[in-house]
Amino acid sequence: MNNQEQNGKYAITARNLNIYYGDFLAVKEVDLDIHLNKITAIIGPSGCGKSTVLRAFNRMNELIPVARTEGEILYKGQNIYAPEVDPVEIRRHVGMVFQKPNPFPKSIYDNVAWGAKVNGFEGNMDNLVEESLRGAALWEEVKDKLDQNGLSLSGGQQQRLCIARTIAVKPSIILMDEPASALDPIATLKIEELMRELAENYTIIVVTHNMQQAARVSDYTAFFNLADRRAGILDEFDNTEMIFTNPTKQSTEDYITGRFG
Amino acid sequence: MNKDIIQDNTHEIKDYQAKLESRHRRGKAWQIVFRASTFTGIIALVILLLNIINSAFGYVAIQDAIPPEDLAVNGIPIESLHEIDLVGILEEHLSAGLIRRLESETPWEERSRDEILTLVITRVVEPTVEDTWSLFDSIFNKDKVLREQQEKFPESRLEFKSWLSADFLVTPQSPEPEFAGVRTAILGSLWTIAITLLFSFPLGVGAAIYLEEYATDTPLNRLIQTNINNLAGVPSIIYGMLGLAVFVRILEPLTSGAIFGAVDPTTANGRTVISAGLTLGLLVLPMIIINAQEAIKAVPNSLRQASYGMGATRWQTVWHHVLPNALPGILTGAILALSRAIGETAPLVVVGASTYITFDPSSPFSKFTTLPIQIWQWTARPQDEFRNIAAAAIIVLLVLLLTLNATAILLRNRYSTRD
Repeated sequence: MNNQEQNGKYAITARNLNIYYGDFLAVKEVDLDIHLNKITAIIGPSGCGKSTVLRAFNRMNELIPVARTEGEILYKGQNIYAPEVDPVEIRRHVGMVFQKPNPFPKSIYDNVAWGAKVNGFEGNMDNLVEESLRGAALWEEVKDKLDQNGLSLSGGQQQRLCIARTIAVKPSIILMDEPASALDPIATLKIEELMRELAENYTIIVVTHNMQQAARVSDYTAFFNLADRRAGILDEFDNTEMIFTNPTKQSTEDYITGRFG
Repeated sequence: MNKDIIQDNTHEIKDYQAKLESRHRRGKAWQIVFRASTFTGIIALVILLLNIINSAFGYVAIQDAIPPEDLAVNGIPIESLHEIDLVGILEEHLSAGLIRRLESETPWEERSRDEILTLVITRVVEPTVEDTWSLFDSIFNKDKVLREQQEKFPESRLEFKSWLSADFLVTPQSPEPEFAGVRTAILGSLWTIAITLLFSFPLGVGAAIYLEEYATDTPLNRLIQTNINNLAGVPSIIYGMLGLAVFVRILEPLTSGAIFGAVDPTTANGRTVISAGLTLGLLVLPMIIINAQEAIKAVPNSLRQASYGMGATRWQTVWHHVLPNALPGILTGAILALSRAIGETAPLVVVGASTYITFDPSSPFSKFTTLPIQIWQWTARPQDEFRNIAAAAIIVLLVLLLTLNATAILLRNRYSTRD
């Protein structure tokens, strides 16, 4: 894959993004283009604002009272931070999977159905649930126990259940915040396979501490780093292959070779 | 552990063994203190219960004004007589004026045979309890009981009486301790509690939801929170005075039912069940709010994040996830509030609970009394026998409390979705 193959279609774009926690500038002047139906990995040392940037894409930072976002994020030509835009609506288009699997304490069926229900879905719920569970590679394992509590599943299964409920509301973008870091290696591999399958229909942005995972799974990689006064900046962004074999900046090379982390 | 190894590794700590033993000894001493305090609590509870049971059962010396055998007509005992014969006995032994009054209240034809028999027993036979003995004496000092009975009341008969009986529960108040029951008080308590919970539970939980999920951290909100915390510690009599001023006096048209045209004929003022319920509702409101807040705070944030991530509104998140998850804790708060409210006496005295009424409360706007007030009133009377029925009423109150608590705990367990 070379630079000329980057298609002109971006799913979502961040322009001059600055995010504050109170007076502290956590993320500084980020410009980031996310390619449609590709997997973009966000890597970088601890505390450089990776999760904060990820949460900016579906306005989840607003749940933290002291967080303040400046700049724009453009989705389908519209700035999602414009005052007339409802964050609730954005989160239907941009779904999220969290680091520690957090299924609802409801049945497996209700876990998948609930999101669609509250968003006003009125079609055949059984079909939607089956379709979503198949899309998350979980259907075969749970089809006979749909009314069992979601918390009775193993960690890897719970995470796939969380993915199933996310795709049940048919978003176009899925954000994943270290989705496999709380799972064992076999479950991790399953999640990575799943990510490649999902990328055919969804745009995926994944934050990961695991560089090998980023190299295995993603098409594009954004390397974030700490600048002065611990503000996070976007140091380098390119095709994954380029970042890991021939990075432009020294800091990128130092990070991926493990000289700091 | 091999002593040599210890000495080798810890040779820098002088007298390690001795210090180790002293640390264990100190731990054991504290363990004894904790055990002793638990034990003391249990002992206190057992003594309390034994004391109550002691007064609620025992031998009594009963003297009849006219023995029932003397009233038998043609050898037939009064229990088997027809109404006509029973009415005849009444007319023979009671004054004309009393007969006229009884008839004008309810004519003989409308009274059942059992009612007339009860009249004969209470008004003609007139069994009077002349003396009572505690359960302890009745079981262990029976000869002393017999001796005292023969000395003081030779004409009386000795009966083992359980002051707590089915009759006791369904009989209304009476000036005679033998015939008094807690029916009015139980109903009054239940009515009052119902109004208290109906008023304070939705308000309290709503306030807690607002404070935890919607309110931002402003100086005003912090002031409100501090005030609520402080109100939980205000003495209950002050709530009584508040209830008197606001519900009984200022809101009299509302609490007496005048606005609804439902004024109770027995009391045309604000000293009604609804005033009592509202006063107690204010009293337990801070408790419910604080407990509900704690329960909501304990809901893991990951659950909220998952819900918001699905594109749910704040209300949907609260209603579908936060509240069900917090429900066990919220219900616990309600149980505590209920237990507190049932036992409150002082504020209800101020609000105007009656100490002597004989009819059941028929609406929120009627006069009322409650179990604790009844108990207090009976323990203050001079006759000893009132102490016995006070003990029986205490047992009723404890059973009522335990039942309500058990129901609430069952409900809490059933709706707990945590596991």
